[in-house]
Amino acid sequence: MTWLAWRQLRPSAVATFGALLALAVALAVTGPQLVHVYDTTVKPCPSIGDCSDAITAFGNKYNVLQQLLTIVMQVAPALLGLFWGAPLVARELETGTYKLAWTQSVTRTRWLATKLAVTALATGALAGLLSLAVTWWSAPLDKVGTNRFDGSVFGERGITPIGYALFAFAVGALLGLLIRRTLPAMAATLVAFIAVRLVFSQLIRPHLMTPLRATFTLLATVNGYASFNGSTSNLTAGSPSDASLQNAWIYSARIVDAAGRALTPQATASACPQLANGGLRAQLPPAGSAGHVHAVPTQAAGQALQQCVTKLSDSYHTILSYQPANRYWTFQALETAIFAALAICLAGVALWNLRKHLS
Amino acid sequence: MSVAVTTDGLGKRYGRRRWALSDCSLEVPSGHVVGLVGPNGAGKTTLLNLAVGLLSATTGTISVLGGNPSDRPEQLARVGFVAQDTPTYSHLSVADHLHLGARLNPGWDAHWAAKRIAETGVDPTQKAGQLSGGQRAQLALTLALAKRPELLLLDEPVAGLDPLARREFLQTLMIAVADDGVTVVLSSHLVADLERVSDYLIVLAAAHVELAGEVEHLLATHRRLVGPRRDSVSLPGDCRVIDASHTDRQTTLLVRTDTPIHDPAWIVEDIDLEDLVLAYMGQTSNVERNRRSGLRVQP
Amino acid sequence: MIEFRLDSTSGVSPYLQLVHQVRQALRLGMLEEGDQLPTVKEVVARLAINPNTVLKAYRELEHEGLASARPGVGTFITRTLSDASLAAHGPLRREMSRWLVKARQAGLDDESIEALFRDTFRSASAEDVA
Repeated sequence: MTWLAWRQLRPSAVATFGALLALAVALAVTGPQLVHVYDTTVKPCPSIGDCSDAITAFGNKYNVLQQLLTIVMQVAPALLGLFWGAPLVARELETGTYKLAWTQSVTRTRWLATKLAVTALATGALAGLLSLAVTWWSAPLDKVGTNRFDGSVFGERGITPIGYALFAFAVGALLGLLIRRTLPAMAATLVAFIAVRLVFSQLIRPHLMTPLRATFTLLATVNGYASFNGSTSNLTAGSPSDASLQNAWIYSARIVDAAGRALTPQATASACPQLANGGLRAQLPPAGSAGHVHAVPTQAAGQALQQCVTKLSDSYHTILSYQPANRYWTFQALETAIFAALAICLAGVALWNLRKHLS
Repeated sequence: MSVAVTTDGLGKRYGRRRWALSDCSLEVPSGHVVGLVGPNGAGKTTLLNLAVGLLSATTGTISVLGGNPSDRPEQLARVGFVAQDTPTYSHLSVADHLHLGARLNPGWDAHWAAKRIAETGVDPTQKAGQLSGGQRAQLALTLALAKRPELLLLDEPVAGLDPLARREFLQTLMIAVADDGVTVVLSSHLVADLERVSDYLIVLAAAHVELAGEVEHLLATHRRLVGPRRDSVSLPGDCRVIDASHTDRQTTLLVRTDTPIHDPAWIVEDIDLEDLVLAYMGQTSNVERNRRSGLRVQP
Repeated sequence: MIEFRLDSTSGVSPYLQLVHQVRQALRLGMLEEGDQLPTVKEVVARLAINPNTVLKAYRELEHEGLASARPGVGTFITRTLSDASLAAHGPLRREMSRWLVKARQAGLDDESIEALFRDTFRSASAEDVA
């Protein structure tokens, strides 16, 4: 049965691994160059000149390839679910070949279990190799670009793509079995996969571990003064550049008092009337830019801000809710394990459902 | 005489209302070639699928070779199946299919299978999707027979084939019967084929069994009676009118009887298998026609 | 070796057709004493008919004393029909010719003669069976 499962998968597997190989070649060629550019322009940059330009230039290197990889990593697990999962059973039901397969001397359970196992193995291997290649290649860029712990990148690196791929495959296989027709099953798989991924990353991932809290004194170099989305201007929390926050996943940053009450715009205005009057705001650096300071406040604006901060820092401090960088791999492992476990459950449901005769 | 398939009140319903097979009670003898005939939708495919375990019954029971049809390997190894339209994996080659059979069936006769394929002249490396209908049918038959089953079920295997391919298929089948004594249940519309190969007949119509018996016995006990038009008919007690038709001057009856009919008023003719099958296939409409024509049969 | 054929339109059951073909071949001298009849498998392979049909035909021939089966070897003709039948036919043939003359004189045409014959033949056979 293993032979048959592999033989059925072979043409598609060969084509997909071929594509992976082509991509790997492109990455193998450009990867070392990426590292070289990083080592020569970005790593030494604080001492030789303006880092920001070097970083921008570096970040744009191989832009097309970067965008391609982003798309590939977002799309690959879903595609595996669609093209390897949905047709696994549905195609046999549609073409009638199940009548050939189910009258050979194997139990239906063994038939499906073997098909699931062989294809899942190929899926996992493919996703793993892909992610390995992309994570390795992107490593220099990830150092200067978006934090890999950030939600937009978290699912495209490390081992989570394996979990997603296995899950998508299992969803596809189960829906293919239930719906019995390949195209509708593919559509349903896509919808289900996207929905679960969204729900998980928005609602579940943040709660996998209790975030840490860090408290920081108000600092003029960190906290700015701005308004967001048309709200009234207020002191902003900014991004403290503490070592513990390097590459952390920051949930929230707020300015609160000892009792935990947020700093209101009115309180700021009454404590710092100079700031509240218009005009100075434009001279202050954009909120959240601390750490990479581009614009320098005018002297007047800077002094006003400093006074404000000093005044408020007695009663208020910045409090951050975050996951530290050293929990990155724990989160990767948890998420991958959960998706893999879901995949196994779905496979179990499929096997159970198969016991009931199709009519 | 041992029995290959027994059914008792077997029924299969799809959805809420459509009964594909209803109250089917049969005893299919082993060592025979059984012809299963009936119009489209009569339940032939359903019956065969139930026997091989692809469907489960809604009512009643079915027993195949003494066991329940299921997906247990021991049971499946004894029953060969050729489904309608002979599905094959179109991207796998003929040799791949034989390999499939060898891997998935204990007791697979690889030597026989290879020899059989060579006899058909098919190139083993050719993909199954590129084979002609006749070649695919031969492949499917080889796959079903190479595991040396005790029972072989075929669902209209020659329906779409040209006459030569059909003849070759039946030749292969009959040789297998001669060699191994395998019991065959073969469904078909083509009564001419059934006449050549089957010695037991089952007629299905509208999800019911209308007739079942040894072909020889059925032909010996049915007669066509032709005579002048009459509205009430007097026939011996065990005579049953299956079909009747009238013109203004002539009455033609198809009767089932165990005793010969000597009434000089009738011309008594033998009936051939095709007419017999047709008469039973139209059973419900026959009853209706008899009622309308006012024919009364007196015992 | 005799080669069998099957007429599916004749209304005669297949096994009887085989028996008749053997008898016909014997009469015409195409089969002689000691000749081997085709094996069941050979007949089945050529005609695609049920092996039981062939077995039945051969059993009937054995019953009539025309053939006998040698296990492991085949079925062989043991007797010819030629002499016995020709001799018996003579008087019968003459009697029949006389009857035919009478039938024509009575005004019957070919089809009527055939119908009359068949009808009488059937009744007589039925009476034999009963």
